Parts: sequence; structure tokens; C-alpha cells
Amino acid sequence: MQEPIIKVKDLTKRFNNLTVVDNISFSVLKATIFGFLGPNGAGKTTTIRMLTGLLIPDSGEILIDGINIKNNSIKAKMKLAVIPEMGNIYVDLTAKQNIVLAGRYYGFPRKELYKKADQILNMFELYDRKDEPVRNFSKGMKQRVNIASAIVHEPEILFLDEPTSGLDVNSQRLIKNIIKDLNRKGTTIFLTTHNIEEANQLCEEVAIINKGKIAVIDRPEVLRNTFEQTMAVEISFNIPAESEILQENNLIERIEKVGDKLKLYTSDVDKLVKYLVNFSEENKLKIISLEILKPSLEDAFIKFTEKKKL
Amino acid sequence: MKTKNLIAQFIRGVAITAEKNIRIYYAKAPVLIFGIIFPIFLFLSFYLGRKIDLYVFFPGFLAMSLFFGSSSVGPMITPWEKNAGTYERLLSFPITVNIIILGDVIAGMLYGIIINIIILTGGLIFLAYNVNAWGIILGTILASFCFSSLGVLLASPPVKSPSTIMMLSSVIRFPLLFISGIFIPIGDLTLAGKILCYISPVTYIVDIFNFSLKGTNNIAIGIDFIALILFSCLFFFLSSIFQKRNLLKGL
Ligand SMILES: Nc1ncnc2c1ncn2[C@@H]1O[C@H](COP(=O)(O)OP(=O)(O)O)[C@@H](O)[C@H]1O
Ligand SMILES: [Mg+2]
Repeated sequence: MQEPIIKVKDLTKRFNNLTVVDNISFSVLKATIFGFLGPNGAGKTTTIRMLTGLLIPDSGEILIDGINIKNNSIKAKMKLAVIPEMGNIYVDLTAKQNIVLAGRYYGFPRKELYKKADQILNMFELYDRKDEPVRNFSKGMKQRVNIASAIVHEPEILFLDEPTSGLDVNSQRLIKNIIKDLNRKGTTIFLTTHNIEEANQLCEEVAIINKGKIAVIDRPEVLRNTFEQTMAVEISFNIPAESEILQENNLIERIEKVGDKLKLYTSDVDKLVKYLVNFSEENKLKIISLEILKPSLEDAFIKFTEKKKL
Repeated sequence: MKTKNLIAQFIRGVAITAEKNIRIYYAKAPVLIFGIIFPIFLFLSFYLGRKIDLYVFFPGFLAMSLFFGSSSVGPMITPWEKNAGTYERLLSFPITVNIIILGDVIAGMLYGIIINIIILTGGLIFLAYNVNAWGIILGTILASFCFSSLGVLLASPPVKSPSTIMMLSSVIRFPLLFISGIFIPIGDLTLAGKILCYISPVTYIVDIFNFSLKGTNNIAIGIDFIALILFSCLFFFLSSIFQKRNLLKGL
């Protein structure tokens, strides 16, 4: 039996009466990649901050490798590293200085760190510019320095908050490879993303979070299947359409009014479109616009919560 | 063994943080302006304007430069780091808020001490004082710790913008200087003036420096030291409360 290295129970955080993280529980197994997938404002960053000791929860329990981060934050923090959403290296320092500084906080001697830093810089394709202030680096390079200085102490768990968002394709690929590589060597990875593709590519397990609540935790393949069933068709007719008529059809799971358009959720787009064409003909309606929409995370979330209720 | 480890970890964290601050913040423009250039200009405008006897005024000037020097690094660090996101990284290291605060305080303290040594050396070359070395050394260490803690405290409110903090720190530091008895000897003050005077921590180091250089003082030296220790504790304690509250409310 594999032991969970992160255990979270009934975690809650409120900001000015707004519940941002709402009573979530989950565990992450050792040496896996666990994804937190959710739209902006879902509470991902807030959760990561609590897990890494940057924010004190209102209630709930967090165990990092069995250590309660509330009572023993230094010991727990020795085991982890976090790469926050915003670039957060010292731009006045060089790439190498950043890495060495981080390593020293974990008690490594300077000499050893100089050697280690060179190694890591090489691996991150930054060696040629290791003695330049980070200020001059591109966003992708900064993010690489960011990760480099987070892994110098070989943390057991690495937290990454939207590690690839806003980066160029090349840096994205490099970072994804580094994540996979670290994981292969046994590092547990906890990452957040709002990109379902990314979660799919990297994670062994994904939790979908929205408005502070976890809707579902499962393998990405399973989620993807369910997810792709949640397509929508947006349609408008020349006269305001009668949503009641449409609702009788069992192809349509749910109807939303968006301005003068109707957004129809379905698991079978093809059949629904054919039905709509027939429907408009029979009722002497003109179709003004018709669009097939890819499911958004928000849609998937609703789908998953509905499923849970059933 | 376990406590020994913890103490080693504490000291290491403080030392690394202080070193980082020295490397990054000593040369930042606001630190140079408020820490060095400002006291010099204040001194010049006062000294040139009034033709005051330098022998009498120098201890006050020394205190003033120590005050500005020590308290100018602290207000920079935390707001700057919050703005850059590095404060978040710092908190994720295996250290506590108090370690960060102490590392910041020590960086500011050393800044003030270095400036103080330079100015004192200059003063001793030109002015014939009968120096009480212990008074100078202990006073400088204690007062620089106290003023640096004040600087760190000024940086602790939950504000992200460095310029707001800079303004706040001027608004608070200048009055503390003006009521301190640097410009008017405590003996010449009215009762209200005297009471105000005792509110400012600067007063006590002026007194210590007056005693250590000229041999004259208005307050008992013991009280000067106790007052500086109490102010230091207060500033440090308040910084700690403020910065820990950040952990509850978000950065
Ligand atoms: N320090 C804070 N004070 C008040 N509200 C906050 C704070 N931090 C985050 N929030 C709010 O909490 C919600 C979730 O934020 P966040 O965890 O950053 O979401 P995500 O990372 O998933 O985009 C947002 O509505 C955000 O405005
Ligand atoms: Mg976020």
C-alpha cells in the first residue's frame, strides 16, 4: 500500500466572509503528479499557500509526510518547495546566486551548492548566463531560474502554481519535461492549472475545484471522457425561442439563456444539431446563428457536481 | 540535541536573510537617500544656518545619522519583496516570520553602525572629545537595533506599494527626530516639550552620546539604556504581530 505524502482534511479559508476554500479533503500519494484543475478564482492559489505554510487556514488539517504544518512548519517546509504563480526570484541577484541563496536556507554548505547550482543551471539550459542578474532574463528564463532554485535542496514535494501559464512554447515544453523528470526521480508534484490539456499530459490524478469546492478527484482519462461529453450548442432564432419546447427533448441536458441566444448542453452534438434544424423547419423559425461550443471548465464542473448528486 | 538544532537553524536563517538584504538593499536609491544623503543635508542646513558650536552639536548629529541610517533599510525590504513576490518565496523556506524580521533588523542595524563609525571617526579627528568607549559602543549597538526595528515595523503594515511605506516612514521618522532634543537641549524645553521628548527613542541615544563624548547628560544613563531596550522590544513585537497577521489575511 502506498502512503499518502500529503493529507488534507476539511480545509477551509475565508477572506472577509467569502469562503474561498470550502471544506476540502484529499490526499496525494508519494511520487505521483497531482493536479488541481480549476478556473480563475477557484481557490487554487489559496490552497497551495495553505499547504506550503504561507497562509494559515481557518480550519482543517494539513499533514506533509505526516508532519502537521501548523505545529511544525519548519520541519514540514524542509520537505517541500513551492513555485508560486508570480515570478518570485531576486532579480538583483544572478541566476546562480538565487540558487545558492535558496540552498543555504536548507543548510547546505556553500561549496556544495556552487557545484550543485552549476549542475542544475546546465540542466535548465541557463549555464551560459548564470552570472547575469536575472533582471535581464525573459519570462520563461526567469521561470526556469525559479524552478531551479526551488529544487536545489531536492524537496520531496514540489508545489507549482500554474507553472506554464503565460510562457513561450519552448519554456513550457522544457518545464513540463523537468516536472516529469523530477517525478521520475521520486519527487511528488502538486500543480495547479486551468488548462485541462496540461492536467491531462502531466497528472496521474486530478482534482477539479471550483468556487472553493472539489467536485471530483479522478484519473485524467476518466475525467476527460466525462468532460468531452459536455458539449454545448449555442443557437438563436429570428424570434425569441421557446425554451419550454426545447426542454422536452431528452438530447438536451440543460438550457441557459445567454442574451438572445440559447445555450443547450448535450452529450451528442451531432444529433442535437440535426434535431434543431428539423425543429426550426417544423416551427417555421429561422436560425440566425448556431455555434458548437467546446466545454469550459465551468461547464465540466457543473456536470461533475450534477453527477455527484445523482 | 533537538533544541541545539533549532537554535542553529534560527541563527543560520537570520544570517542568510541579513546577508541577502545587505547584498540587495544597501545600494537601493531610497536607502542611500534616506540613510546617508538626508542626514548630511539636515546637518548642513542646521550647522551652516546657525553657526552653532560643532563641539556641542556633534553628538546630536551622530545620533541623527544613526537614526536615519539604521531605520532606512527596514522600510524597503518587506514592501519591495511583497511587490516582487519574493516575500512569498522567503516564507516558503524553512524559516519563521521572526527569523525574517530579525534578519531584516540586523541588516538595517549594520547599515547604521557602518555609517556611525565613519562619522564618528571623522568627528574624533576634528573634535577633542574625552571618549567613553563603552557608552559609544553599547549605545550604538542598542540604538541601531532599536531604530532598525522601527524601520522594520514601518514596513510591516499590509501594504504592497513601497512608495506608500516610504511616505509613512517619513511621516513617522521626522517627528520622532524633531521632538528628540537634538535641536534644542532637553534642559531648555517646556514641560510639554519634555514629555514629548521622552516619547522619542532618539532622545535616549542623544543623551548617551552626549554623555559618552562630552560627559554631560540630562537623563540617567541607565534609564537611557532601559528605554532603548524597551523600545526595541516594542518595535520588534509589533512587527512580529503585523507580519504574522499577513499569514492569516493573505500577503
Ligand atoms: N488575500 C486575499 N484577500 C481577499 N481575497 C482573496 C485573497 N486571496 C485570494 N482572494 C480571493 O479568493 C478567491 C480565490 O483566489 P485564488 O485562490 O487566487 O484563485 P485561483 O488561484 O484558483 O485563481 C478569489 O476570489 C480571490 O479574489
Ligand atoms: Mg491562482
